[in-house]
Amino acid sequence: MTQLLIGIAAICGVSTFLAIILVIADSTIANYGEVKITINNDTEVKVQGGRPLLASLMEQKVFIPSACGGKGSCGLCKVKIKSDVGDYLPTELSWITEDEKKENIHLSCQLKIKKDIAIRIPEELFNVKEYLTEVVSLLDLTYDIKQVTLRLIEPSEIKYTSGQYIQFEVPEYELTAEPVYRAYSMASQPSRIREIELEIRLVPNGICTTYVFNHLKEGDKVTINGPYGEFYLRDTDRDIIFIAGGSGMAPIKSILYNMAENNNPRKATYFFGARAVRDLFLVEEMRELEKKLPNFTFVPALSAPLPEDDWKGETGLITEVLERYLKSGDNREAYLCGSPGMIDASVKVLTSKGVPEELIFYDKFA
Amino acid sequence: MSEGIAFYVVFFAAIFTNNILLTNYLGMCSFLAVSKEVKTATGLGMAVIFVMTITSVLNWLAYYYILVPLNLTFLRFIVFIIIIAAFVQLIEMIIERVSDRLYTSLGIFLPLITVNCAILGASLFLVIRKYTFVSSFFYGLGSGIGWALAIIAMAGIREKMKKSRVPKGLAGAGMALIIAGIMALAFMGFSGMLKIT
Repeated sequence: MTQLLIGIAAICGVSTFLAIILVIADSTIANYGEVKITINNDTEVKVQGGRPLLASLMEQKVFIPSACGGKGSCGLCKVKIKSDVGDYLPTELSWITEDEKKENIHLSCQLKIKKDIAIRIPEELFNVKEYLTEVVSLLDLTYDIKQVTLRLIEPSEIKYTSGQYIQFEVPEYELTAEPVYRAYSMASQPSRIREIELEIRLVPNGICTTYVFNHLKEGDKVTINGPYGEFYLRDTDRDIIFIAGGSGMAPIKSILYNMAENNNPRKATYFFGARAVRDLFLVEEMRELEKKLPNFTFVPALSAPLPEDDWKGETGLITEVLERYLKSGDNREAYLCGSPGMIDASVKVLTSKGVPEELIFYDKFA
Repeated sequence: MSEGIAFYVVFFAAIFTNNILLTNYLGMCSFLAVSKEVKTATGLGMAVIFVMTITSVLNWLAYYYILVPLNLTFLRFIVFIIIIAAFVQLIEMIIERVSDRLYTSLGIFLPLITVNCAILGASLFLVIRKYTFVSSFFYGLGSGIGWALAIIAMAGIREKMKKSRVPKGLAGAGMALIIAGIMALAFMGFSGMLKIT
């Protein structure tokens, strides 16, 4: 018994001693005081030093696009640094090209600011805002995809281009000790300025999707920031190929509804890949669009239809269907959204048919 | 048992004949994960040498001045782990503060080292083998150098191997493990030189 108590006391003693040393070190050695960030020569913000640039900027409501939420695994949060911040970290190197090194472009989630720095970011990022929203409806599109509609509260309107995405803030809950951010494309069209619609697919143990599927209720408040992204319809007169799978439907749906509202006469074919009928959704809406847009065709394809599906449409992988439909890539451009595997395979088919790589635009789920 | 062994014997044995990585297979996970380039392998190797030397000494002190007098040697695992974790954290803060260059080359590896089992293994061995304070210092230093030597050699081989055609099923970790095995065999060649148990 005494030995037990001595043991507990010893562990407590050692831990407390070490903890005190670390607390002292944290407030002396790791305390960099306030530092100043100068953005594009004219804006100055003061932040607490020693933290990553991405997080510090976000605190100041300057939002740099990032899909992974600051883990250094998406490589999107690149920022041009105008002051000397030292060498690149090995965690940055796999994302930075030689040209970017010459321009001193860093990953803002990896760069910790310890002294005053000056940075340059694209002006349009100043248009990125944080929005407080309220969940007005949660709808099951399939067994694993939910449609989430958010009404904007403050600011009450949003301006964006079809195909762009926002970041969804997941507050602290049992899977995360700090807020995390995940990117989702708008499925609604920009004319609906007071609300946005997202399509979220359940990822097993995903921090954001678990939150949306198990915790989110109508009436809940949600914070988002955006819009971001270069995935939008280019203004040309080429024929359009859309390819999507699963929740990759969202940005394409937004683009199509926007085309319908503007009576866009361009020829467009939309290949949508799913496994079985239970994975298909919004088919009726797409058929409605075919009536409104005279040159639009929707081609859903199932890779593994179930016997009870009684499926009469296209079967096979989306790449096989594409191979059958697409005779030549002349005068076409393509917009792809879905899993990296599907996109890489589809890009191969498209380029083999002669669609130039610079006319293939895609949004990969990271 | 080991009290009679001179510290320089312990030192060289820890590098060659009793290499902690190649004879005890400790620290394998970072050995396989960070051995793709000589430059990063060197960074990690240096960090291991440094941390292993210091934590060996700290843990020796904690063991003989706290745990033995209180008759709590069964708690050594947990105490060693706490000390290693706290020490690594402290060192990371200091390095980040004093030198950006050192931080980029060494600092970011430090969190990896907290969970490197070779560090804990070295501390446990020096207790099991009843090393003196001086021997413990040289054992920690030698084990660190031995580990760094192995990972740098491995990285050199893997850099060369990038250009060779490895059978598909063996590419990556499979091939690395086979090479580690051959390296271990090669290190057995040192075993006639000196021996500690």
